[in-house]
Amino acid sequence: MEEKRKIPNGNKNRAFGCALMSILLLSTASCRTEDEYIVPSQEEQVDTAQVSMKDTASVKGFYLLNEGNMGSNKCTLDYYDALTGKYIRNIYAEVNPGVVKELGDVGNDLQIYDGKLWAVINCSHFVEVMDAATAKHITQISIPNCRYIAFHDRYAYVSSYAGPVQIDPNARLGYVARIDIDRMEVIDTCTVGYQPDEIVVHGSKLYVANSGGYRFPNYDRTISVIDLNTFTVTNTIDVAINLHRLEADRQGYIWVSSRGDYYGYGSKTYVIDPHTETVCDSLDVPNSEMTLAGDSLYVYGTDWSYVTNEWTISYHIINTRTRKVVTDRFITDGTDRKIRMPYGVAVNRTTREFYVTDAGNYVSPGYLYCFTPEGTMKWRVRTGDIPAHFAFTTIPLKYE
Amino acid sequence: MKQLLGCFVVVFVQHAYAQSVEKAGDSVPLDTVRHLYEVTVTAHRDKGGSSIIPVQQLKGKELERLSVHSVADAMRYFAGVQIKDYGGIGGLKTVNVRSLGTNHTGVFYDGIQLGNAQNGQIDLGRFSLDNMEALQLYNGEKSDLLQTAKDYASASTVYLQTRKPLFTTHKRYNLNVAMKAGSFDTYNPSLLWEQKLTEKLSAQFSGEYMSTSGRYKFSYAKKNGYDTTEVRRNGDVSALRTEAALFGKSKDGEWRAKVYFYNSERGFPGASVREEPGKYRHQDRQWDTSVFGQGTFRRNFTNRYSLLLNTKVAYDYLHYLSDPRLDVTTMYTDNHYHQSEAYLSAAHLYQIRTWWQVSLSNDVQYNYLDADLVNFVYPTRWTLLSALSTSLHWDKLSFRMSGLQTYVNDKTRMVGGSAGSKNRFTPALILGYQPLDKGNHDLSLRAFYKRIFRMPTFNDLYYTFIGNKDLKPEYTTQYNVGGTYKRVWEEGLLRSAELRADGYYNEVEDKIVAMPTTNQFRWTMMNFGLCHIWGLDASLRTSWRLGKLDVSTNCSYTFNRAMDHTDKDSPFYGGQLPYIPWHAFSAIVGLSWRDWAFNYSFIYTGERYEASANIPENYSKPWYTSDLSLTKLVRIKKCTLRITGEVNNVFNQQYEVVQCYPMPGTNFKVKINVMI
Repeated sequence: MEEKRKIPNGNKNRAFGCALMSILLLSTASCRTEDEYIVPSQEEQVDTAQVSMKDTASVKGFYLLNEGNMGSNKCTLDYYDALTGKYIRNIYAEVNPGVVKELGDVGNDLQIYDGKLWAVINCSHFVEVMDAATAKHITQISIPNCRYIAFHDRYAYVSSYAGPVQIDPNARLGYVARIDIDRMEVIDTCTVGYQPDEIVVHGSKLYVANSGGYRFPNYDRTISVIDLNTFTVTNTIDVAINLHRLEADRQGYIWVSSRGDYYGYGSKTYVIDPHTETVCDSLDVPNSEMTLAGDSLYVYGTDWSYVTNEWTISYHIINTRTRKVVTDRFITDGTDRKIRMPYGVAVNRTTREFYVTDAGNYVSPGYLYCFTPEGTMKWRVRTGDIPAHFAFTTIPLKYE
Repeated sequence: MKQLLGCFVVVFVQHAYAQSVEKAGDSVPLDTVRHLYEVTVTAHRDKGGSSIIPVQQLKGKELERLSVHSVADAMRYFAGVQIKDYGGIGGLKTVNVRSLGTNHTGVFYDGIQLGNAQNGQIDLGRFSLDNMEALQLYNGEKSDLLQTAKDYASASTVYLQTRKPLFTTHKRYNLNVAMKAGSFDTYNPSLLWEQKLTEKLSAQFSGEYMSTSGRYKFSYAKKNGYDTTEVRRNGDVSALRTEAALFGKSKDGEWRAKVYFYNSERGFPGASVREEPGKYRHQDRQWDTSVFGQGTFRRNFTNRYSLLLNTKVAYDYLHYLSDPRLDVTTMYTDNHYHQSEAYLSAAHLYQIRTWWQVSLSNDVQYNYLDADLVNFVYPTRWTLLSALSTSLHWDKLSFRMSGLQTYVNDKTRMVGGSAGSKNRFTPALILGYQPLDKGNHDLSLRAFYKRIFRMPTFNDLYYTFIGNKDLKPEYTTQYNVGGTYKRVWEEGLLRSAELRADGYYNEVEDKIVAMPTTNQFRWTMMNFGLCHIWGLDASLRTSWRLGKLDVSTNCSYTFNRAMDHTDKDSPFYGGQLPYIPWHAFSAIVGLSWRDWAFNYSFIYTGERYEASANIPENYSKPWYTSDLSLTKLVRIKKCTLRITGEVNNVFNQQYEVVQCYPMPGTNFKVKINVMI
């Protein structure tokens, strides 16, 4: 017995040594040998047979801003090249490897103006300014809790929730920042209503949709009218609770969306007459976002009720002249059943092709759908997380 | 707009938001004290009757030597455990066992469950190891003969067992004064005082204060891009914990009563996202107060009948404040939450034959939540739990069967706001076979099946703007087969070796996930998820003796293939669940020589994804840390001095456990204990 034991002991000794050695080896290798790299962009070719050359007329493509879930720093920028039918995902990080932590946290608006691409990054608290032809970072303009952007002459206007704090910290107005686009800095601010969202310029006036989203159940119900000559609020129009979107039509009327309160009041659409500065019409059309093409207003609604715990998803086209619903299903081939959470809509004003994004469950990549003017799906591509904001471009993106 | 969810981020998000980062994709045992139970239970137990499902535990010296801050840090060394860690001493740390989800882990403090009816989540980062005797983890359930119905009511159970007074002959008291200090401006003085009052009665007092700035440097670097180093701010914590307990013995039983008090203030450093450096500071804070009193009584009335009584009364207060006057970007949030809980349990054990026992446990619990939220429903919950179990033991075979009936009834002040009542039955089956049982050379095999659910929490059901009262319970089903081979040698180099392996298959149905409503700032809870998990847990423990040098090793390995089967139409169907690594490994090597002790511990967490969409954008690199500690015992007359130095994350690895929550690099700690 004794003899038998001694031999294995020697082996065990060695085994033990090996075990210790391997652990120590593992640990000395602990400075992670593989380095981390910037996540490269990915290219996807949409069905080339479906790429119409008509696209090339004036619109060369569009940028799509993916919001990215709050706190995940996953706001990304995609580009669709209408000339080749190539869809390029996540271009910002690759183009701007030197920018710390990429594009940022929660992209909330995207516009092209003056040869530049302007992205409002809500939870990173600035407006990112890029070259519209290359997506190269030019500068960033600091605005806390910034939401939407609009332009007029040599100024950019940006709505922000972060107005001056009053005695009651719960009653805190928002403001609109005025940016001189030649100096790339905020030169003035104008206090508006509670938690202002979309803004739109019509004539020499700036209209601001105030939501009051932080003040549930005391939502704001007004539009602030700012005279751009004096940059002061000249009027406040009472509309409905929790206002969100604005769109000016060709007749000069301002279309407004109310989110409702998610309980008893659903989402609705209102029309403002800018001459009288009053509500001149309302439509029982749930409105999460709208976009204008000619006299056609494309509206989708994702109306949620905490009472029934159900969504009502709808797609409407409204004629802005007659203010009548033209259709209550602009996707005509049943593709709408595949779209779980519509989150963006855009119309190519030349070809009348339209685009709808699907944010899915918000934590997975979404989808972009392209439809014929008649509402039949042409193609779809995978996007970043929460695809939302479009900016059509007449200058094609230069990329390798 | 982290503001809109400000309050949510704290009280809820750490549960739902943590889940919502996974969102829609995808969320915590006793040696000396166990003696207390075991001594009495052995009368009823034959040899094979002890827990068929083996316990994973860290206790005594092994636990003492481990360089860890909290219970959560120690739990990382168990097989099958995934910790979610928001970084730093103050960051939320929760335990997910076998990929089932955080809310399926029951955490017991000295035998009675720690509750959180509000969000179902126990922050194990808040429990220090200062007065901890043992940490235990059971998969399925602890299969003691006499236990509360709550012990049956979780998919896995973690037991935090505090120290029980033990007096050497002629000694009437024990005193242990300690001071720890280290990185992040951490100071942590503590006191433990035990007094023998009579032969049958002793008292214990334990108190601890901890303060830290929570500041540490972290960096993000891309080989072909940016390289930044920043400092984590607003991660400060100050916490006071005091406990007083009485321990009584009688001829046929014992009892224990304890009062626990915890009070803390902490800041939230927030997600590390792109911002202009230094422009805005995180300022949101949380104040917590937890008070509970609990008592345990057990007695063997006859040779055949034993009774175990447990009771608890608890109150928890939470205050969250986010002030735009300190940070302009934020939404003003000032919320107060008051939770009350009352619990009573009676467990009976009857021995019909030496090889056949039956037990019946009945628990009743009351919970109430008060919060100053708009439109809040003020929910009250009554929970009745009845567990009937029977155990059979033959020579080599053991069999145990249990059934748990759960009745839950919610009432709300607001009419129509309640989720109503639920009545569910869930079974468990455990089988053990011991082909080899020689004392020094054992082999045992086991298998278990268990089905259990978790109730939706008050936040899941009633949180203003998020809650959904139509939620169903979230079910888990577990199938496990495994074996343990153990060998002990009287002499030689290798003195003992124990190898364990368990393979399992789990299913999670009606998983409660956060779903967006109309935009990403408005979420709701839904029974949406379906997950299937294949896994393997293996561990190897050895002890060696080389002259006067004692060496012990403990290695564990976990494989998990955790598939998200929620959405058949998704291209990411079957993707690995967020934050679940395919491979995880840990090792502890302890050396002791005379009055010296050295400990090396290593953790490896393999590659994983931050979302069920397993794409490069969501890829998270493996990380591995090495911690070292050296302890020296110095005896001066009646007094023993223990001096410990620790270096953690020796190689200064920069890593994240949770996306955008960077972890600390190399850090140090010095600990001095004076024991009289």
